[in-house]
Amino acid sequence: MSAPGLDNIEVDLLIQALQRRHGYDFSQYAPASLKRRVQQLTEQLDCKTISGLIERVMHEPELLPNILEGLTVPASDMFRDPTMFRGLREQVFPLLASYPQINIWQAGCAHGQEVYSLVILLEEAGLYERTQIFATDLSDRALQQAQDGIYPAREAQQWSRNYQASGGTRSLADYYSARYNLLKVDQHLRRNVTFAKHNLVSDSVFCEAHLILCRNVMIYFSNPLQNRVLSLFRDSLVRGGFLCLGLRESLEYASSAGEFTPFAEQLRIYRLAIHQERKLA
Amino acid sequence: MNVPAAIAIGCSAGGVDALKAVIGGLQATLRQTVVVCCHSSSDTVGLLCEVLGRTSKLPVIEAAERHQAQPGVVQLAPTGYHLLVENDHHFSLSIDSRVNHSRPSIDVLFMSAADVWRSALIGVVLTGGNNDGAAGLRRIRQLGGLAIVQSPHGAVAATMPQAALDLAGADHCVPLDDIAPLINRLCMA
Repeated sequence: MSAPGLDNIEVDLLIQALQRRHGYDFSQYAPASLKRRVQQLTEQLDCKTISGLIERVMHEPELLPNILEGLTVPASDMFRDPTMFRGLREQVFPLLASYPQINIWQAGCAHGQEVYSLVILLEEAGLYERTQIFATDLSDRALQQAQDGIYPAREAQQWSRNYQASGGTRSLADYYSARYNLLKVDQHLRRNVTFAKHNLVSDSVFCEAHLILCRNVMIYFSNPLQNRVLSLFRDSLVRGGFLCLGLRESLEYASSAGEFTPFAEQLRIYRLAIHQERKLA
Repeated sequence: MNVPAAIAIGCSAGGVDALKAVIGGLQATLRQTVVVCCHSSSDTVGLLCEVLGRTSKLPVIEAAERHQAQPGVVQLAPTGYHLLVENDHHFSLSIDSRVNHSRPSIDVLFMSAADVWRSALIGVVLTGGNNDGAAGLRRIRQLGGLAIVQSPHGAVAATMPQAALDLAGADHCVPLDDIAPLINRLCMA
């Protein structure tokens, strides 16, 4: 085994390499998870050490999409946390229905399972035709997979149960076709979704949203980065707009969380204060 | 080893009763941080906290994202998330893929805890039906921490403690009822 702490030095150097060589800043990611992902990537790419991975980061730019995907994209499910989706459907959608055009930002959409979950609920609520969804991620490969909407069929049973528990009114199988061990989401569902590259670490406001979903993305971020992203969401939401986070996310350490009031706190659904004093720059 | 600063406990099948015995036997004056990963099929870990809290002399809570790991408190990994400890002793969560078919995974918790507490960590593997925790316990020992494994013979499910013994070995392999008194003694020293 290598000397204690050596791997921490190597992870720091990798972060520097990614930043200086490719312009991606991972220095504000929570270190423990990032280290695990780096170790996994090191194995996947058949590197003996993290230092070996650094060499490839420096000299094989074509590897960058793999590396970004490996460092950022977690596993996801359709209708993960059905209680939250039920809350959206029953409590938030009726309020969104008052807008003639609904803009939704799915921030950190990974492989898109949650985007399609949302689309299905909007469709069933009769709101999808006037909805525009922006699904963003920093990984091009994740975005491509999200657009393709192809997932392992072994998940289908669990997803179907989740869909029912979310208050789905049909059968989840109505929305995909299964072949071999894969299921492909009905491509017609994609019609009002725009998939786009956006990095929460460095990019800025690009839309005026009525609802932002960013579930289990900031759990990988340090407190200062979480705070930055919450400010970004504040500036992107209309007054009274909604923000959905993962069920175990804590906002206690983010000063910019103060402008969000709990709407359904157990479900981590927040609302941007309606009477908000816009700060002068 | 150094005077322990933290205890990391992992279990799976049969784990609730085993945890009752271990957590319930920890003395009220224990000043170590206790972190626990127990595989479970229930939606939240809240009920388990409540059940353990009834017999524990220490507070038993669900570990919360970004919060500091607290000494003298038993903190359980939330269902559906990996629990990790950061260098400045705050908790972080991840929904990365399952490890050993498990999320939370004992290996994930043990490895991050080992990185943080190194030789001041006690790792405990109890009853369970898979081999999660073995690699994590090995890491704890490699970094100078101490390993306690429940004797597979008396365990409800022997697979997990046996896998830990095979891969990591143990400083103490003892019956369930002896584990809490052993931890109490090690933590007094």
